[in-house]
Amino acid sequence: MTATTEQAGPAPGAGQGQNRAYGPVRRKEDARFIRGQGTYLDDIKLPGMLHGAILRSPVAHARIVSIDTSAAEAHPKVRAVITGQTLDGLGLAWMPTLSQDVQAVLATDKVRFQGQEVAFVVAEDRYAARDALELITVEYDELPAVVDATKSLDPDAPVIRDDLEGKQDNHIFDWEAGDKAATDAVFAGADVVVGQDMLYPRSHPAPLETCGSIADMNKVTGQLNVWTTTQAPHAHRTLYALVAGLPEHKIRIVSPDIGGGFGNKVGIYPGYVCAVVGSIVTGKPVKWVEDRSENLMSTSFARDYHMHGEIAASKDGKILGLRVRVLADHGAFNGTAQPTKFPAGFFHIFTGSYDLQAAHCEVSGVYTNKAPGGVAYACSFRITEAVYLVERMVDVLAHELGTDAAELRLKNLLRPEQFPYTCATGWEYDSGDYPRALRTAMDIAGYAELRREQAEKRARGEYMGVGVSFFTEGVGAGPRKHMDILGLGMADGADLRVHPTGKAVLGVSCQTQGQGHETTFAQIVAAELGLSPDDVEVVHGDTDRTPFGLGTYGSRSTPVSGAAAAVVARKVRERAKIVASAMLEVSPDDLEWTDGAWRVRGDPDKAKNISEIAMAAHGALELPEGVEGHIDAEAVYNPPNLTYPFGAYICVTDVDPGTGQVKVRRFIAVDDCGIRINPMIVEGQIHGGLADGVGMALMQVIAFDEDGNCLGGSFMDYLLPTSMECPSWELGETVTPSPHHPIGAKGIGESATVGSPPAIVNSVLDALAPFGVRHADMPLTPANVWSAIQGQPLRTDLAIP
Amino acid sequence: MHITVNVNDTDYSRDVEPRLLLIHFLRDDLGLTGSHWGCDTSNCGACVVWLDETPVKSCTVLAAMADGRRVRTVEGLERDGVLDPVQQGFTECHGLQCGFCTPGMMMTSRWLLDHNPDPSVQQIREALSGQICRCTGYENIVRAVRWTSEHPAGSDTAGVGEEVPA
Repeated sequence: MTATTEQAGPAPGAGQGQNRAYGPVRRKEDARFIRGQGTYLDDIKLPGMLHGAILRSPVAHARIVSIDTSAAEAHPKVRAVITGQTLDGLGLAWMPTLSQDVQAVLATDKVRFQGQEVAFVVAEDRYAARDALELITVEYDELPAVVDATKSLDPDAPVIRDDLEGKQDNHIFDWEAGDKAATDAVFAGADVVVGQDMLYPRSHPAPLETCGSIADMNKVTGQLNVWTTTQAPHAHRTLYALVAGLPEHKIRIVSPDIGGGFGNKVGIYPGYVCAVVGSIVTGKPVKWVEDRSENLMSTSFARDYHMHGEIAASKDGKILGLRVRVLADHGAFNGTAQPTKFPAGFFHIFTGSYDLQAAHCEVSGVYTNKAPGGVAYACSFRITEAVYLVERMVDVLAHELGTDAAELRLKNLLRPEQFPYTCATGWEYDSGDYPRALRTAMDIAGYAELRREQAEKRARGEYMGVGVSFFTEGVGAGPRKHMDILGLGMADGADLRVHPTGKAVLGVSCQTQGQGHETTFAQIVAAELGLSPDDVEVVHGDTDRTPFGLGTYGSRSTPVSGAAAAVVARKVRERAKIVASAMLEVSPDDLEWTDGAWRVRGDPDKAKNISEIAMAAHGALELPEGVEGHIDAEAVYNPPNLTYPFGAYICVTDVDPGTGQVKVRRFIAVDDCGIRINPMIVEGQIHGGLADGVGMALMQVIAFDEDGNCLGGSFMDYLLPTSMECPSWELGETVTPSPHHPIGAKGIGESATVGSPPAIVNSVLDALAPFGVRHADMPLTPANVWSAIQGQPLRTDLAIP
Repeated sequence: MHITVNVNDTDYSRDVEPRLLLIHFLRDDLGLTGSHWGCDTSNCGACVVWLDETPVKSCTVLAAMADGRRVRTVEGLERDGVLDPVQQGFTECHGLQCGFCTPGMMMTSRWLLDHNPDPSVQQIREALSGQICRCTGYENIVRAVRWTSEHPAGSDTAGVGEEVPA
């Protein structure tokens, strides 16, 4: 790895030596994980616990004629069999989705995708539960399936959602952003206009731990305890209260160690509701854990955007405008997990990193006979699709103009003096120095030398590609006035208790799935209070022990909860100042916070650190007004804006034209996420996202055959990158602090997943340019690349004919 | 059926169904939950343990097949309160994030280093190629194995909250 650092300016509020706790400290989490002592959902065993299993639809679209559960109920180890009819009696057969739709918990009328939940068995052990599923007989009356999203609005397309009153087509929503008239005018006057169809195919986050839940309902006390694989425990608690009508103060959600989330563990799945009902029915705790096929076939998919982009430019390569039409395949239920006012997520940040005159997008959402979901997999609420669109369009334009892809970008990137910058669709980018990041990446790559090598190889009939992408993300949702999920504003709470000996406990609402919050957030507090990170315990993932907040997804933990942690620590520091003034017998105005202590101005040896102050605050010291007996505090952070991390990526590939095999030889990633609290963790996050990019660009797709059978239902068919497909990543960084974030940090969790796929695809298509190939859709499998070379790239979302 | 399996140097005798998978025997019957289940199809390697001296994917091995044999799991890496150097390596090099694949990765890494104390980066990548990590992009796992190779006796400096040497 190459590490190149360029830093611009100090972090706001991060001066005065407070950053000593920042740095690549080892993770606190590791001690239990390396010993096999993590506690993941399936590791939890409660006394008397029963096991649930779900019977799923084998077909994509069918009317349910009958369900016979009698044989299953007669199984000696079965305690309960629950069907849609059972749930209907409880008013729980349908549940609200996160996008103002409803989703069947267990099907009552029809099944609408292969793998949909039909019945739930509760048995004494997991094997017996599976056995009993085979004893249930369901008679289906099969219906034609809508598989191809581009045909979903045809007049003769079967209507999937006839459960919705008056519904006579598969249309969900139309939505637009930007100024259409201004955009059309820019296009009308442009020298060059190029259009391109492209698909961001359906993929799945596939965390290594599947989803699951243990529900334990105590009918006497009315207390419902739920251990569940959730990235958003507080949101789940409120949703259970709203969905099931249970009193919220009697619900406790515990999110234990999570074996990867990536957006797969945001929503509430039918299995979770079934586990709750199973516990109510049996009076015992009920565990439900899905298997891998259930995970891939039924839980939140990602992407599935059919896009048509057009880019307008002047002859000399000045980009003027962008115009996009999107057909969004949302599956059988509109269950996308995103802020309420954004039916296409944050897709309309699609002008990316460029200074355009005008832009406009139209997005139409449709139902198909596929699993619901749509916003998952480290996508930053669809910014992944937006970045892919614009970065492919810039390359298509470069192809058209015959100019170098990096030079074209340098010519059009936003300039540092344009920040804060309001883009054509209304987003205010907080800070950036884009050309510096791209030049840094080009330096690490040896860009000019790569181009020389490529020319030499081409002359010899060897096909090497150099792909560039530049991305701007908007993460850290978000300002409450703009962003909510089902009416819940996207602010995060934090509370901080400082015990008498100066050891601190921070409670946060977000939930780590591997991001290292227990370490990073301890560093944030330690930096603010002059403590060691070892002296700060981070509590998370338990609604009874943490303040309300919306959870971890969309790279929001550091931008929102991390900010809350800094703010609450500063509140503690201010309370400590009052105590210190009493201890030192000076006015608070005579104190200044330096080197981890409150010190008397002009006499810095007269000082009290947080440990001394905490003991005094709990002791017999007569406290002045403003402090009652401790220095604990709580805070809610409502972000004033998103943070806008960015980066420049360069990918070098070698393509074998005989087999279509692509080898990623090098990948250079220069990320700017503002201040890095723990650079080791930041780099680890980037590494993981880059591997995701290799997967999406070259391997991963959830495709369907003409009957709606899922063709990616196991790891035999849904191919994830291994150590062999991934190169050794070469990272660099620039540091442009966020001006509005308390410690100048921006989110990083999804940057590489967002930014890397277009770099890889651009690289492969650059390699294929001699064959006249301008575009081919992901994944660029050997078969697809070979077909593209023959002039017929594949339709990757459908079965290969 | 009745089986006796030696797991991490302790004999366990249990009556089990013939179809019981080894991963479920370890996790559900013995309470050794350090080994994880991830895919059912031998693709992900979260369930890798040693059967006698060989790493196997315990989601596709029957518990009955381990009758009379030795199994070593992640819980058997640490000996007498001393971490195996491979466990230190994963911490030193940030070779884990969510931790779910980590036990399997460490078991294969230990086997590799026992058979090849100085593996090249390519040899490490090949040895781990039957296992999936969704978090790390493999970079730091490879570094962790290299670190372990370079510190065969481990290190006594590894402590939580300490800065990782550059």
